[in-house]
Amino acid sequence: MDKTNETANQARAFDEMYGMDGTSLRHQYTDVARHLLSLSLESLGQKQRDAELLFRRMGITFAVYGAAADEERLIPFDVVPRVFGAAEWQRLELGLKQRVRALNMFLHDIYHDQEIIKAGIIPAAQVLGNSMYRPEMQGVDLPNQVYAQIAGIDLVRVSENDFYVLEDNLRTPSGVSYMLENRNTMMRLFPNLFTHHTVRPVAHYPQLLLETLRESAPAHVENPVIVVLTPGAFNSAYFEHAFLASQMGVELVEGKDLFVNDHKVYMRTTQGPQQVHVIYRRVDDDYLDPLAFKPDSMLGVPGLFDAYRHGGVALTNGVGTGIADDKSTYLFVPMMIEFYLGEKPLLSNVPTWRLDQAEDLKYVLAHLPELVVKEVQGSGGYGMLVGPTSTPAEIKAYRERIRQNPAGFIAQPTLALSTCPTLVEAGVAPRHVDLRPFVLSGKEIRLAPGGLTRVALAEGSLVVNSSQGGGTKDTWVLED
Amino acid sequence: MLSRTADHLFWMARYIERAENTARILDVAHRTAMLPDDDEGADARLWFAPLNICGSAEGYEKKYGLVEAENVTRYIALDPENPSSIYSSLMQARESARAVRGAITSEMWEIINSMWLDLKRMLPSLDQTNLDGFFDWVKERSHLFRGVTLGTILKDDALYFIRLGTFLERADNTARILDVKYHILLPSVQDVGGAADYYQWGALLNSVSAQEAYRKIYRDSITPMRVAELLILRADMPRSLHACLNEVDSTLEVINGGTGREARRLAGELHAALHFTRIEDVFAYGLHEYLTDFLARTHQLSNEIHDAYLSLKDDKIPGGIRPDRFQLQLQ
Repeated sequence: MDKTNETANQARAFDEMYGMDGTSLRHQYTDVARHLLSLSLESLGQKQRDAELLFRRMGITFAVYGAAADEERLIPFDVVPRVFGAAEWQRLELGLKQRVRALNMFLHDIYHDQEIIKAGIIPAAQVLGNSMYRPEMQGVDLPNQVYAQIAGIDLVRVSENDFYVLEDNLRTPSGVSYMLENRNTMMRLFPNLFTHHTVRPVAHYPQLLLETLRESAPAHVENPVIVVLTPGAFNSAYFEHAFLASQMGVELVEGKDLFVNDHKVYMRTTQGPQQVHVIYRRVDDDYLDPLAFKPDSMLGVPGLFDAYRHGGVALTNGVGTGIADDKSTYLFVPMMIEFYLGEKPLLSNVPTWRLDQAEDLKYVLAHLPELVVKEVQGSGGYGMLVGPTSTPAEIKAYRERIRQNPAGFIAQPTLALSTCPTLVEAGVAPRHVDLRPFVLSGKEIRLAPGGLTRVALAEGSLVVNSSQGGGTKDTWVLED
Repeated sequence: MLSRTADHLFWMARYIERAENTARILDVAHRTAMLPDDDEGADARLWFAPLNICGSAEGYEKKYGLVEAENVTRYIALDPENPSSIYSSLMQARESARAVRGAITSEMWEIINSMWLDLKRMLPSLDQTNLDGFFDWVKERSHLFRGVTLGTILKDDALYFIRLGTFLERADNTARILDVKYHILLPSVQDVGGAADYYQWGALLNSVSAQEAYRKIYRDSITPMRVAELLILRADMPRSLHACLNEVDSTLEVINGGTGREARRLAGELHAALHFTRIEDVFAYGLHEYLTDFLARTHQLSNEIHDAYLSLKDDKIPGGIRPDRFQLQLQ
């Protein structure tokens, strides 16, 4: 299979505003061009600084949090929005719902009858031999048979009509607070833009989330008490945890606020213990319960996992979802969609070489300077090789790492990620972007029209992760 | 409400109030220092007072030794190493607020966060020449925070724990100011008179914004006994012990749940005593002794509140857990 053909023409990326040829204004951006990019660079720069001030005042910060306030960092925010038309969004939405539905069916299947293995579509070793597989979850029945109530699906675009799923995030995907605060900030900075435009609102996301969490409560609980579980104020995503809890009007708890008694979970309140039914946890599986997982975890609640297995409490996301968003499982998602839904996938995977296959490995080692290589279980843009922007020495070192453990890596062609006009020091220039929409699964599947657009601020860079110097943009979905 | 949340709210309010009171104390010391006084060692006495009131004397002596205006001011106002400094108080207030952002309104958070960020920004340029403005700024931000709190937060347990923190801290501070000032100004109650005394008692009243109230109520010269009466017993004086205990007592009454009986009993007792005591009795007992007792008992009250509501106690489930509580998220 020649995977490089599909992404030919790497020299010129599709531009979200000016299309493939980079000159014709796409209609979605008419008003952005007229009302925003018509401003002088000075006033755009001023708006950018105003935005920073707003973010700092609201304390929308991330990363290292120590005693010194200087260590709180902002994720750079870009004032030029990324815009989707109604029709293109419609297609994405259908594709996202399809994919997440299949992923949840896969998880249910894997932790029950394992039909997909019996059918020979996924090798047993891929699932059962994977460190992300949780044998403790085998046979545990979850409400709605849903494991990943909150999914963040990373998409990239390479042409007018071609989107690829870069990865699925089914554990504790973050970033949705930026989707909401970016919109808030844009509305404060450019009120006029929103009177001209028919931008679909996203502010109801917390309401959608709350409905999803309510639907995820253990059966027979009518009025579930819901909490958000955070590792604490020192966690890099703490702002988001607090933000979502307050937007939903539920308590933000830490592990030490909870305890388990007789397979029920309680929080310690000023009025005594209060039972909790649904925990939207932003703590990784490993740290949830020192009795079940890492025994030295200070963040967890002893006995929580057992209560969960007994149906005394619902955890969202469920335990063991990592088996489905692992980069080696990623390869099988299109097959899952066909197997469980009998449908053709609406969103494509990026063509991927599996380095545990001799032929693929041979090809990849011979073409490293053109390819992107990732660790199967890595995330956050760490530990990856971007061939075209790496030095020969870096490539040589990475080649050695691959040789040591080929099964730990996958490789993909270097995609020409679409670009979007972005305010940088020299003016407004194209920068590569991706998109993370958030898909909610309860009794039905919901998503807010939009997502988090991340932008690689360095010229030519393809790495959009905030941990690697990426920024964010407001993402608009227009009404018809 | 989560016990941990209540704890943070309580301390957030205490630290803001503490920062304000510390600013008041320093402000008055600065003004008093401008008054003429030929007395030997008056300056050292004057600057030892704020250290004493703020409980910072020991730490200061370790760091500086000699009591000297500029060092005292810097230590009490801006020193991160001093856990009671205005700097530390504002930092801890923000830490607490940050830990419970979801339980306070976004306006409250923005005030408290920008207060901290502004302080960090001003810090390098603050010195003896512009500290007056700084003290005013601290007071104003504290007023602003209180106003935003009352103007935006739901009247439920969150507000009640904030009020408990505010008024317990204020009572504690007023008692300390009065006690220390009284000792410096007036070793013996008969020792009245002199223009310097007049200005110094006036400064004390200023430190708790009570100058105008005094004039309105007494329409007469300033005497120590009246000052003490105003700051201890007058229920209509917002920073008096009586007014503070009014708030503490009535707030404890409305906090939900049956765990705080001992705290309520103690607050009621303290409150009743303030309500029925005459100032003559206070002076007969000894003002210093009276204030020392008061401080010990408010400390005990604070501990009771902590045990009843704020601590993460054992996991025992008492007989009746009522599952119908805490359903804020349901309509």
